[in-house]
Amino acid sequence: MTATAPPAHDRTGPSDERLLHTSPWKKLLGRPELGSVVGAAAVFLFFSIVADTFLRTSSLSTVLYAASTIGIMAVPVALLMIGGEFDLSAGVLVTSSALISSMFSYQMTANVWVGALVSLLVTLAIGAFNGVMLVRTKLPSFIITLGTFLMLTGMNLGFTKLISGTVSTKTIADMEGFAAAKKVFASFTVGGVDVKTTILWWIALVALATWILLRTRFGNWIFAVGGGSGAARAVGVPVARTKILLYTGVAFCAWVSGQHLLFSFDVVQSGEGVGNELIYIIAAVIGGCLITGGYGSAIGSAVGAFIFGMTSKGIVYAEWNPDWFKFFLGAMLLLATLLNAWVRKRAEATT
Amino acid sequence: MTCVTTHPPTASAVVLRDTCAGVQQAQQEGHGVVARVRTGVRAIGAVLAAVLGASLAGCSATGGKRAEDARRAAEAQGRAAVDTPRWTFAMVTHSGDGDTFWDIVQKGARQAAVKDNVKFLYAHSDEAQQQAQLVQTYIDQRVDGLIVTLAKPDAMKDVVAKATRAGIPVITVNSGSAESKVYGALTHIGQDETVAGEAVGDELDRRGRKKALCVLHEQGNVGHEQRCSGAEKTFDGDLQNLYVDGTNMPDVQAAIEAKLQTDPSIDAVVTLGAPFADAAVQAKRTAGSEAEIDTFDLNAKVAAGLEAGDLGFAVDQQPYLQGYEAVDLLWLYRYNADVLGGGRPVLTGPQIITEKDAAELQDFTERGTR
Repeated sequence: MTATAPPAHDRTGPSDERLLHTSPWKKLLGRPELGSVVGAAAVFLFFSIVADTFLRTSSLSTVLYAASTIGIMAVPVALLMIGGEFDLSAGVLVTSSALISSMFSYQMTANVWVGALVSLLVTLAIGAFNGVMLVRTKLPSFIITLGTFLMLTGMNLGFTKLISGTVSTKTIADMEGFAAAKKVFASFTVGGVDVKTTILWWIALVALATWILLRTRFGNWIFAVGGGSGAARAVGVPVARTKILLYTGVAFCAWVSGQHLLFSFDVVQSGEGVGNELIYIIAAVIGGCLITGGYGSAIGSAVGAFIFGMTSKGIVYAEWNPDWFKFFLGAMLLLATLLNAWVRKRAEATT
Repeated sequence: MTCVTTHPPTASAVVLRDTCAGVQQAQQEGHGVVARVRTGVRAIGAVLAAVLGASLAGCSATGGKRAEDARRAAEAQGRAAVDTPRWTFAMVTHSGDGDTFWDIVQKGARQAAVKDNVKFLYAHSDEAQQQAQLVQTYIDQRVDGLIVTLAKPDAMKDVVAKATRAGIPVITVNSGSAESKVYGALTHIGQDETVAGEAVGDELDRRGRKKALCVLHEQGNVGHEQRCSGAEKTFDGDLQNLYVDGTNMPDVQAAIEAKLQTDPSIDAVVTLGAPFADAAVQAKRTAGSEAEIDTFDLNAKVAAGLEAGDLGFAVDQQPYLQGYEAVDLLWLYRYNADVLGGGRPVLTGPQIITEKDAAELQDFTERGTR
């Protein structure tokens, strides 16, 4: 019984591993979103088999719509997470943005676009407040945004009751500009087909974020800040500005989602949005973002949102007992994330 | 294959060539896992034996699971009474997770579904957008009938219209009596929340109350707002609203307690759901308040509380009836194009229940149908 031992070291290759030629296949394996794509394919296949109605066009568009409402927020949250921070106020900020827009238009009897603009300014200011507080106080973003989360929850209800007298806003559907705003933020009809604009917003935002991350200097700053803010500052990255901009990015997307809520349902409920911030974070994490920062992608967050949309709606299409809904949801997410981690490990081993 | 060992691969004595260290290690770990699993099985076995022994040693002759099973066996027939095709009806409510009220509604719906040979599906979400999406998923599935609550009516307007366009009959239950007809639903089954609130205001007056607290446990529920404003309208005394987080019971109790402590002149607390009445009773005790606790809706604990005098009165809207009638009326519409109500809501409440009525309802509340 003999065996030839492999050569211990190959000394004939290039001395610097960075100069090694990597095949496109290996490059693909090294992408952060790859694991989640495999997970998404698995979830898709699963529900195609167990739910007969899942593959209908109308069902798939419902799933896509559900994914887009999460995905719009998952994009900036992913960027923020790559930059090494959290935003727990993202969920209620969406509701705040919708409330401000609706109540300003109604109370001032203004064109709804004026309300939307005012809402944009206020929402961006809240985002910037989060960012400035973070860089000034040096406290963990978890604490800062937890504070804004609670304050916004209280303000949403408090101001709405104070101004409207009830817990929901009054309808602005009969006001000027509503029809046009509805086309931009909610849905429009093309040839008898109802197109949800959130899907278009989602695609555009993912494309924009991917371009920023991979092709611009600001994208490099985000990775650097998330990888280690001390080192980033030492090489000249404006850490404070980067983080504040990331928080205003979250605010901008919260504004888009908020306007969608308002213009698709006319009326905004003041108590909603609580808990959604976790869903955005989950989507980003499933999509391959590291909770510790410095690694991840915008496309990954989109895939994460898609997995979430498929799971939450697939359970209904599969007609499973709703009492177990959250359990199934958790199990599917855990499995998707495990698969994600496994694929990444294999990819790292082969490169 | 280059992996070779000179001895049989026992866990204790193995000689490895350098190239197969990894494989061998994996085998060793494999043995370890088997051993751990075995220990785990033994441990679980011991725990099971202990639990079984304990339960055999201390049997109860009354109550518990056995009594419940006996009751259920007596009442369950479980056979369809009709020979219509197996239609699928779906219900989407604005309920939060694990709400007793909606459990009773579901029980009624399921009972009617068994009788009418109907496949009954149920889903719920307390977020308006999610609830609308759930209705959409059932439209995608092309169900034969839809039952929807309109607690947040504006969010449901589009999907309900979509359902009627797709030829799916819609019946609204519980909340939304004002919007039901406008949105194109066949009929509405529920109680008029304002009327129910007014009934509470009158009853509080009759009992000579001066200052009342209205406890709202679902923020944004228009029906809850209507109850409290209805009560405020007819109540001669002063009525204040208190918002609590309905999914967090300790928080509900603490909030009521704090309110009772800061304002000792409050002599009545009205909760909008049966589970919260109990929290209010606890809060009243710890706060040392003399306030009377009254509540909307009924459950076993409320019935017992009424009988014991902990609670003043309860306003019931018969949730079982709402679920049962919704499924039954959809079946009637499918079978015979029958519509009940003549274009007006079919009312299932309000019904004021006091100490006198509590005793006869206790059996029904215990089995979870009232």
